[in-house]
Amino acid sequence: MRLRKEEERYALKLITPSMIVVFGVIIVPIITTLIYSIVNIDPLSSHKGEFAGLSFYIKAVTSRTFREDLGRTLYFTIASTAIETVAGLLVALLLNQKFPGVRFLRSIIIIPWAIPTVVNGSLWKLMLNGEYGVINALLVRFHLISGYQSWLGNPKTAMWCIIIADTWKMTPLAVIFFMAALQGIDSSIYEAARVDGAGAFRSFWAITLPALRPTIMVVVVMRTVEKFKAFDIFYLMTKGGPANSTKTLMYDTYLQAFTNLKYSEAATYAYLIALVVALLTLLYVRLMKREEA
Amino acid sequence: MNEMKKDDPAAFGGKRKTGRMSSRKKRVMGLQMFLGLLVAVIVLAPVVWMFLSSIMRSVDLTAKPLKLIPETITFERYQKIFQSTNTSDPAYVFRIALKNSFIVAVSVTVLSLVLGTMAGYAFAHIRFRGKGALMMLILFTYMLPPAALIIPLYRIYDSMHLLDKKFPLVILYLSFIIPFIIWIMQDFFGSISKSFEEAAQVDGATRFQTLLYIFLPIARPGAVATGILAFLMSWDEFFYALIFTSSLNSKTMTIAIEEFNGKFTIDYGMISVAGILGSLIPVLIAVIFQKYIVMGMTSGGVKE
Repeated sequence: MRLRKEEERYALKLITPSMIVVFGVIIVPIITTLIYSIVNIDPLSSHKGEFAGLSFYIKAVTSRTFREDLGRTLYFTIASTAIETVAGLLVALLLNQKFPGVRFLRSIIIIPWAIPTVVNGSLWKLMLNGEYGVINALLVRFHLISGYQSWLGNPKTAMWCIIIADTWKMTPLAVIFFMAALQGIDSSIYEAARVDGAGAFRSFWAITLPALRPTIMVVVVMRTVEKFKAFDIFYLMTKGGPANSTKTLMYDTYLQAFTNLKYSEAATYAYLIALVVALLTLLYVRLMKREEA
Repeated sequence: MNEMKKDDPAAFGGKRKTGRMSSRKKRVMGLQMFLGLLVAVIVLAPVVWMFLSSIMRSVDLTAKPLKLIPETITFERYQKIFQSTNTSDPAYVFRIALKNSFIVAVSVTVLSLVLGTMAGYAFAHIRFRGKGALMMLILFTYMLPPAALIIPLYRIYDSMHLLDKKFPLVILYLSFIIPFIIWIMQDFFGSISKSFEEAAQVDGATRFQTLLYIFLPIARPGAVATGILAFLMSWDEFFYALIFTSSLNSKTMTIAIEEFNGKFTIDYGMISVAGILGSLIPVLIAVIFQKYIVMGMTSGGVKE
């Protein structure tokens, strides 16, 4: 019994400094934000200071703006996560082969991931520029389009510009995860399958894919969380425009708080995002636990 | 095994069959090399273009049709970044911002490693009440969108006169990087057998000595990996810096680059120079320490 107590005291000593820093920063703000979402504190509102209950939440989820924001957020999240997962898997399968130059490829694949998000955003913004961008120049030279296009200025293409920029940077992360998992597969299983007459395609469906399933799940959940709360790349490339075509939940939260000064609405949005993140985190931990068992 | 086949065709029953095998193999390899080249181009082209833009003359950058290979190059912009002394010059602002980013990232890395490693060890090897729940909370803290904190946080920092200062920014970064380090380090420590600890205790070592001299050396690759990731996360950070910094006092590289895109007149060359310089450290770190980074990212993520 005494030993147990001593253990706990020792653990406390080791974790307390971390907890002071982490919770010292977040505990008051996280509670205050919750209060903001149920008490009207909007400086411009005539109901300032009044208790609002759940009315901000009800107003948010029933509003058209919120639905549209959510739609765009999901569109971005699902499209880019899907591309990253599929492209990441294909590239990992390629890099797992032996051919001249593969070692070079393995060492450079990480480069886009290492480039800061902000640099990535401004790089793609430059390349996609409607007047001088290199992408326009190339597309015109190969006669794929007739004239320069303002890709980021067009509500129909702006979101895809961001998806392309973001997947270019983040697909290498999926590649790295899948390569690590591929190396963990015992190669004798493939030998056995070949002896049994299974082709490459069959081996992939019957051996590789099932073996990668846990990694695929982890990548999908992890990336979904990150995509759902993406902000930097939107701020850099489009600031939610044009015509709100890239305004996601996260970006709208920022706009409400720092442009429209609607603190309570921003706090409500933030809590709704946090709720989704919490659910996904729970799912993530479940997945990991199942893998460990 | 494959080598043997090539060297000794007779061993595999006749020349004809081996000949066909190897020509098929050649075709597969050709396809692999083609796809590999495609991947290399997709990965490298934007980076190469950023570098070319940084050394092309402005007239060439805005020329139509655009020449992909410049005839004249200039390193003038790089020179400007390193030499400018005019405090309102974007080049000067960027240099100071780079320095700020570096100071902040190094401080964050050192502090988060020390604190996070201690806590990570406790989570992996000591039993205490509420451990599971606390770990969940820590993971959630790491995943929490900063938007859920930002308004009150800004007000608190403002009232305590902590805005636009480097050290308060370091504390903010620690609040989400420490949870990340704990999450990864507890996984590393967890993979080290507890019997080391028992052996050390039999030899009369205190628990802290055991942590310091037994566990840390074994977990060093993990510490290197998490340290690198902590540095990169801090170097990359944008949202908090956007809200909490305003002047040369604390403005980081990411904010300076954002300003290049808007506030100052758009200068494609300068944006590219800033992009190259802002990416230099993380890209070098990533390529050199790739093994560590892969290890750090995949542990705590996937387990075999």
